Amino acid sequence: MSEPIRFFYRGEVHTVAQGAPTRTLLQHLREDLHCTGTKEGCAEGDCGACTVVVAELQPNGEVAMQSVNSCIQFVPTLDGKAVFTVEDLQQADGALHPVQEALVECHGSQCGFCTPGFAMSLWSLYLKQEGQTEAPCRKTIDETLSGNLCRCTGYRPIIDAARRMGELPAVQFDRAALKTALQALQRDAMFSYSHDGQTFYAPRTLAELAALRADKPNATIVAGSTDVGLWVTKQMRDLGDMIYVRMVKELHDIETRDGMLHIGAAVNLNDAYGAVCEHYKDELTEMWQRFASQPIRNTGTLGGSVANGSPIGDSAPWMIALGAEIVLRSAQGQRVLPLEKFYLDYMKKDWQPGEFVEAVRIPLPRQGVQFRTYKLAKRYDQDISAVCGAYAITLDDAGIVGDAHIAYGGMAATSRRAPQAEAALNGKPWNEQNLLLAMAALAKDYTPLTDMRASADYRMKTAQNLLRRFWLETRPDGAMPIQSINAFNYAEGGAAA
Amino acid sequence: MNSKTEAFLTQQVPMAWAEVGKSHKHESAVLHVLGEATYTDDIPEAQGTLHAALGLSSKAHANILSMDLEPVRRMPGVVAVYTHKDIPGTNDCGPIIHDDPILSPGLVQYIGQPIFIVVAKSHEQARRAARKAVIEYEELPAILTPQAARDAQSFVVPPMHLARGDAQAAFERSKHRLKGELQVGGQEQFYLEGQIAYAVPKEGDGMHVYCSTQHPTEMQHVVAHALHRHSHDIVVECRRMGGAFGGKESQSALWAACAAISAARTKRPVKLRADRDDDMMVTGKRHCFYYEYEIGYGDDGRISAAKVQMVSRAGFSADLSAPVATRAVCHFDNTYYLGDVDIRAMCGKTNTQSNTAFRGFGGPQGAIAIEYIVDEIARNLGMDALDVRKINFYGRNDEEGRNVTQYGQKIVDNVIHELVEQLVSESDYRKRRDEINAFNATSPVLKRGLALTPVKFGIAFNVTHFNQAGALVHVYTDGSVLVNHGGTEMGQGINTKVCQVVAHELGISLDLVRASATNTSKVANTSATAASTGADLNGKAAQDAAHTIRKRLAEFAVKLHGGAVEDVRFEAGQIVVNGSAVPFPELVQKAYMARVQLWSDGFYATPGLHWDPKTMSGNPFSYYAYGASVSEVVVDTLTGEWKLLKVNALYDAGQSLNPAIDVGQVEGAFVQGMGWLTTEELWWNASGKLMTHAPSTYKIPGVSDCPENFDIRLFKNRNVTDSIHRSKAVGEPPLLLPFSVFLAIRDACSSVANHKFNPPLRAPATSEAILNAISAVQELAQG
Repeated sequence: MSEPIRFFYRGEVHTVAQGAPTRTLLQHLREDLHCTGTKEGCAEGDCGACTVVVAELQPNGEVAMQSVNSCIQFVPTLDGKAVFTVEDLQQADGALHPVQEALVECHGSQCGFCTPGFAMSLWSLYLKQEGQTEAPCRKTIDETLSGNLCRCTGYRPIIDAARRMGELPAVQFDRAALKTALQALQRDAMFSYSHDGQTFYAPRTLAELAALRADKPNATIVAGSTDVGLWVTKQMRDLGDMIYVRMVKELHDIETRDGMLHIGAAVNLNDAYGAVCEHYKDELTEMWQRFASQPIRNTGTLGGSVANGSPIGDSAPWMIALGAEIVLRSAQGQRVLPLEKFYLDYMKKDWQPGEFVEAVRIPLPRQGVQFRTYKLAKRYDQDISAVCGAYAITLDDAGIVGDAHIAYGGMAATSRRAPQAEAALNGKPWNEQNLLLAMAALAKDYTPLTDMRASADYRMKTAQNLLRRFWLETRPDGAMPIQSINAFNYAEGGAAA
Repeated sequence: MNSKTEAFLTQQVPMAWAEVGKSHKHESAVLHVLGEATYTDDIPEAQGTLHAALGLSSKAHANILSMDLEPVRRMPGVVAVYTHKDIPGTNDCGPIIHDDPILSPGLVQYIGQPIFIVVAKSHEQARRAARKAVIEYEELPAILTPQAARDAQSFVVPPMHLARGDAQAAFERSKHRLKGELQVGGQEQFYLEGQIAYAVPKEGDGMHVYCSTQHPTEMQHVVAHALHRHSHDIVVECRRMGGAFGGKESQSALWAACAAISAARTKRPVKLRADRDDDMMVTGKRHCFYYEYEIGYGDDGRISAAKVQMVSRAGFSADLSAPVATRAVCHFDNTYYLGDVDIRAMCGKTNTQSNTAFRGFGGPQGAIAIEYIVDEIARNLGMDALDVRKINFYGRNDEEGRNVTQYGQKIVDNVIHELVEQLVSESDYRKRRDEINAFNATSPVLKRGLALTPVKFGIAFNVTHFNQAGALVHVYTDGSVLVNHGGTEMGQGINTKVCQVVAHELGISLDLVRASATNTSKVANTSATAASTGADLNGKAAQDAAHTIRKRLAEFAVKLHGGAVEDVRFEAGQIVVNGSAVPFPELVQKAYMARVQLWSDGFYATPGLHWDPKTMSGNPFSYYAYGASVSEVVVDTLTGEWKLLKVNALYDAGQSLNPAIDVGQVEGAFVQGMGWLTTEELWWNASGKLMTHAPSTYKIPGVSDCPENFDIRLFKNRNVTDSIHRSKAVGEPPLLLPFSVFLAIRDACSSVANHKFNPPLRAPATSEAILNAISAVQELAQG
């Protein structure tokens, strides 16, 4: 039975009993609440003009406050959470918040249309920096603002504001009060919200979810809605009934077991990459930073990314290279597949009826394995790959390659392995001669497409060259540091910050 | 005739009271950060407001054989559907030539061309319904590239030709010659606030249109024509835009017209807000250009002959393509005297979006070609490109000669020599060149590159009559001041600057002066806020208005206190007259009681301009703005990825009205121009569909693209021309500064074969274009 959506907003519990379940938070704010500080720039979670901060209780009981793209967030997904918009920043006495004051002082706005979104992203950083005296480093600022586009300023004054805001008299945020308010909104039982024959379900347990899925095999599963959101805002698709998985407690598990890191399907990308990078810091931190943007990583999930299975996704190649597994669940039980077996063809996956993704399992680092992944896109921040390459090989003491796993995104209808290139390396010395053979073999493994991101020629040539980069970084006779073979990581002479 | 000292006026004039020249914050900065700045979509909606969306063509070139709109009408919430037949007046929104239908009359000429309007109760309902039309087409052959248009002699306006001397003969006489070609892509404006218009019917034939536009007067005319009403029936209002960059100069017209037509037909307020994808599919962008050139030069790198043929992708209609091409022709020289010149420019008619204004307006497209060429001359001669640039700079005065442009305007304010010298010194250019060579010699994969490029940009509309502006200044009896002028605020800070000018004139502090929304019922017959002239023109007009009031107040003050009118001073909120200091509000109150008029209009027309479009000659520009930049990059030769490491730039804003705003304009233009030349790629598929129509696929620079070492400074100068407080325009010229980024990338590409070959690098220099250029150099090196 349908219940009103409840979330904490402007210091009180706000209820929504009307409107389609696919109504976005941005539409609700602007059109229903006439709260127009938050802007629409793209309605696809890319420009950040719509950025708000959403607070939610984490499984550990603490409050997480994160930047979110309100343009692709469905209103019912906010049930039990709190929403903060640019209108919430001003102090009770009318004073600007330090984030706002710094933006004004540093001349951080020109046309001003992107400014509320920047203010909210900066506020999310301000909250994280509470109690710290050091200004955030450039890398942190870039990560914070990776989902906010500004067409006027060139970003320099906004970056300055990010450094300046902490120097202004501090403003404390009352987290304890928010925690209490959020606790009062939590539900034990499944939440459902219906409108005009369409129902949004938010089960609380894995068992509930499995039963619901069995009952509603045609319902659309929603996690972060960072892709499903666009089905609505851009493709105008009718989603039918929706099953929101992010409130399922068991799907938030992160644990290591049997040499594998288990990441529940509802864990957001930031937390998932954070957990993986504890084990693969050098190999995966850059991918973490370049995967979508901060607000997308705050809502999107690794489980959703894997379930969606885009041929240009950035996580599948490295997960396939490492031999990751996907854990599928239905009312009948659990099924575990190597991830590469899950992808059958373009947007076609090995789903059994009633199945959903429960978790992914990523092997922990093993002695003697060299592993890297590289992404190629037009832009460093928030861009979809033209080519994404991932490589895992074992090297014995004699420098002989074993168990080569080479996988690419952007080269075929799915992310998939390069068997001929692997064969060219397995059992061979890791030298330039064999590298060249493997590079040549890639041309037999893939027939890439030409599209707006890159031509087929470029894709093939760089797929080969990325394999060369891998060799340069791991060759037994004098590996080169990544700083000397990757422009983005170039750091010599302090020129690159 | 000018001399060195006139061209280069470093002397600042001391002023007792100066609200100009200070780094005041943007007048809306606080509203921006609070989320309270009102954009068109934020205006509280009037009762009964409906929402519109457009139905678009899915064919690049076709006749519409049949159209079934019943499925659209049957969708939930739909109130009405309109086609070209429902337009009460003229079905045209072309700014110059009337070849631009508001709604297709049966022939579609690009994918994305609007065919019908659907009006519904909500924005979402209108968008959903717009997709339901069933349209049957008869496809026609489509022309998609400028080269194809040229080959088919398909143009939107006749080709242009500018010649000085005999370029062919000079070319044949030259010691060295080179020939080549270059392709430079277009650019989406990507204003963060998309196109929007909100039309509210008023009594009688009245229509009030809130519109995000740089050109309210033209919107007024287009709406009047479309509705078959008088201009006095139509009010167009714009408080601010969320960015425009030229994209809302002529191309806001379609949205204003469709909203107004729908409002007139339904007799209800109608808002038309473009979804981002629709906006990018429908509206024009910066013109891409294709060039073929022949250059003659000497052993020292000095150019004696320049022949160039340029063809742009105009799109399906003329829009502003002719003036864009004119500006390209007038900026092909950039900072160089080119000897005998022959320039041909064509505006290729293609079955794509009708390209339009974009910051720089053809100037960047003209100047980048010569910078690319100078770069080649240097490589061919084994010289540093900086030295080739310097030897080709325009002379500073008549004694030095070489100071007349190809279109006949004598340059009397040339500071490029001094400016570049200062930049070379501040950036340590020569030393860094050596360091980079040393680095490249030992770095097998990563290669660094360096370039210095200069800028000269002509300020004024090429079309003389646009160079006029009006303003209204009201002084209220409490001493507060309201300014209205014909310029529009798109983020560039025009209102801040105009308010500073008025505050300065009246000797009061800036917080007493407020600017109100641009409104065609206040100041009539305004020009577009474009061509970087906004503050120049409207600042002068507002100054004129404020000066009139000041004069009246001075005369009144003398009546009260004695003394001479010319001795009265307005400063620090007081009027100082014959030994007494009267607070501004007090004098104003007394003046009101004495029936002194406390408001005034003001007007300005830029003097000394003329232009003959037939011969492409004259004095089109009021003055020139100058600048130069040095960029250093590192390029990854395995992938073509690159990173901007360091920028030093100097910009000549004359005696800046507001240094913080001007530096902000320079930085913003730099990053925007860098995007044009690097990551921003417009890509049409084989059927002519633009596939990069949203930020997910069209990549403007992001925060990581801003270099950590980004040193932008204003060059100390005063304008030789009597511009507003001797300042210089700043909107467009700095967009040309990041040429140095593009050429630094090219420099890095050429380092793979020791700078012996010219990398054929196209713009945008995407990673793919860079890798292709590197491969081409490697192939040349292998013979």
